[in-house]
Amino acid sequence: MARHVSNSRKAVVTALAWGIGLLIFFPILWTILTSFKTEGEAINSHPSFLFFDWTLENYHTVNERSDYLGHFWNSVVIAVGSTLVGLLIAIPAAWSMAFVPGKRTKDLLMWMLSTKMMPAVGVLVPIYLLARDTGLLDTKLGLVIVLTLVNLPIIVWMLYTYFKEIPGEILEAARMDGASLGSEILYVLTPMAVPGIASTLLLNVILAWNESFWTLNLTAANSAPLTAFIASYSSPEGLFYAKLSAASTMAIAPILILGWFSQKQLVRGLTFGAVK
Amino acid sequence: MATQASRTASRLMLSPAVVLLFLWMIVPLGMTIYFSLLRFNLLMPGTEEFTGFENYFYFFTDPAFWPALVNTLTLVLGVLVITVVGGVALAVLLDQPVWGQGIVRILVIAPFFVMPSVSALVWKNMLMNPVNGLFAAIARGLGLEPIDFFAEAPLASIIVIVAWQWLPFATLILLTALQSLDREQMDAAEMDGAGPIRRFVHLTVPHLTRAITVVVLIQTIFLLSVFAEILVTTNGGPGTASTTLTFLVYMQSMLQFDVGLGSAGGIVAVILANIVAIFLMRMIGKNLEA
Repeated sequence: MARHVSNSRKAVVTALAWGIGLLIFFPILWTILTSFKTEGEAINSHPSFLFFDWTLENYHTVNERSDYLGHFWNSVVIAVGSTLVGLLIAIPAAWSMAFVPGKRTKDLLMWMLSTKMMPAVGVLVPIYLLARDTGLLDTKLGLVIVLTLVNLPIIVWMLYTYFKEIPGEILEAARMDGASLGSEILYVLTPMAVPGIASTLLLNVILAWNESFWTLNLTAANSAPLTAFIASYSSPEGLFYAKLSAASTMAIAPILILGWFSQKQLVRGLTFGAVK
Repeated sequence: MATQASRTASRLMLSPAVVLLFLWMIVPLGMTIYFSLLRFNLLMPGTEEFTGFENYFYFFTDPAFWPALVNTLTLVLGVLVITVVGGVALAVLLDQPVWGQGIVRILVIAPFFVMPSVSALVWKNMLMNPVNGLFAAIARGLGLEPIDFFAEAPLASIIVIVAWQWLPFATLILLTALQSLDREQMDAAEMDGAGPIRRFVHLTVPHLTRAITVVVLIQTIFLLSVFAEILVTTNGGPGTASTTLTFLVYMQSMLQFDVGLGSAGGIVAVILANIVAIFLMRMIGKNLEA
């Protein structure tokens, strides 16, 4: 239903909304702009907003000197890997809870959620020691395992809320027609569940990409993803604003773009279906 | 009706997730509890011995403990107040007809997708740095003395950074909740002569209560674990001015290698988080029935 609002009021609200929106976005915008400046321009005491000599030099330098691509690749492997393994484990579980609910399904769901409530720092020491003793410290595999487990409850929950919306009668009809469990999943459930699975995948890649407790504590040089790579810039000798900005821009750009596609799923996934 | 066969199948499909999560929960937590009862320092291997609750005694009497607890609560409460109040205001604003609404929404949501180490570094160096930062340049431009944010107000500075990251989350959830508000009820109230403030207090706020509760609880879970922002900006300092419980445990176990003491702190953090979690679980559990 269209609401009737005078144009003058709409203009005021628009100006206000754009002003606040730009203010909130400003640190990101400023980082992107600085990434195209020279180092001298970046720390100029009279900073210029747009009128400077644009250069791509920082992007070249960051790539050459600090193996940006290597860290980028680590992030991709860790974020996508942990999400895919998580989906592999979670899809059957969510399927069975959504379509063959038992007496204890609700308790089970709540218990899974409760594992997510455990603060990471509570298990930091044992996980660190276990990773060290099994040779998984500072490996991509180690982080894939940890992040899979960290995000598994969210993956199960998201899938569960999506699967719940698929009408169960369709599955029963297929079953009556003699479809086996395997073909039921493959031909009936999968096509209806793909959008939900895709949203879950998207949100979890974002969460895993930005995860900054385990990635910082369990990696050193070899498998450091972008979170740890950027954190290494906090040491004084690495303080070159323009290069820092270029590295930051490259680290956040892919996820910023993915994130904008996933606004709706974000609400649902992070509130465990409590707000839709 | 589920058949016996499909029940068995469903149990089989469920078990990997359940077993893995069970192990993930019980093994490390059991180890933490066990370590917390030992004298156990990685720098002195072979000297482990059972000491009962000694580590807890040392943790609670550590001069950093009370500041860390107070800092943790300040950080969580500070961020919650900013994000909830700001989030409600922004949600109400973005719920109005606006030209280019989609783009404004994208601008507002963006900070949530920035990884914590990046946002901490950007704020620390490019905005808040007392010499080269933009805020310092603006202050000089206005003829004011630039502020050394992380020396003078370290915790407040971290609160600002973390609030900037979480404001989009609160806004997005509150906006989603707001959009399910019955528009006709709103129009009816307007026709009955209720002004914008009365409509906000009597219709909007009650409608948002549930979403606000969810925002508060979920953010609390995440805020108790804020780590990268502190590591990158202040390293907990100066002194203990910005050390939180999470950061204190990190320092004790990863920097001082005192596994026993760090584990005791970890257990304290778990208990603290569980108090919040109980409330959150009730909320979500209720929704599951609805």
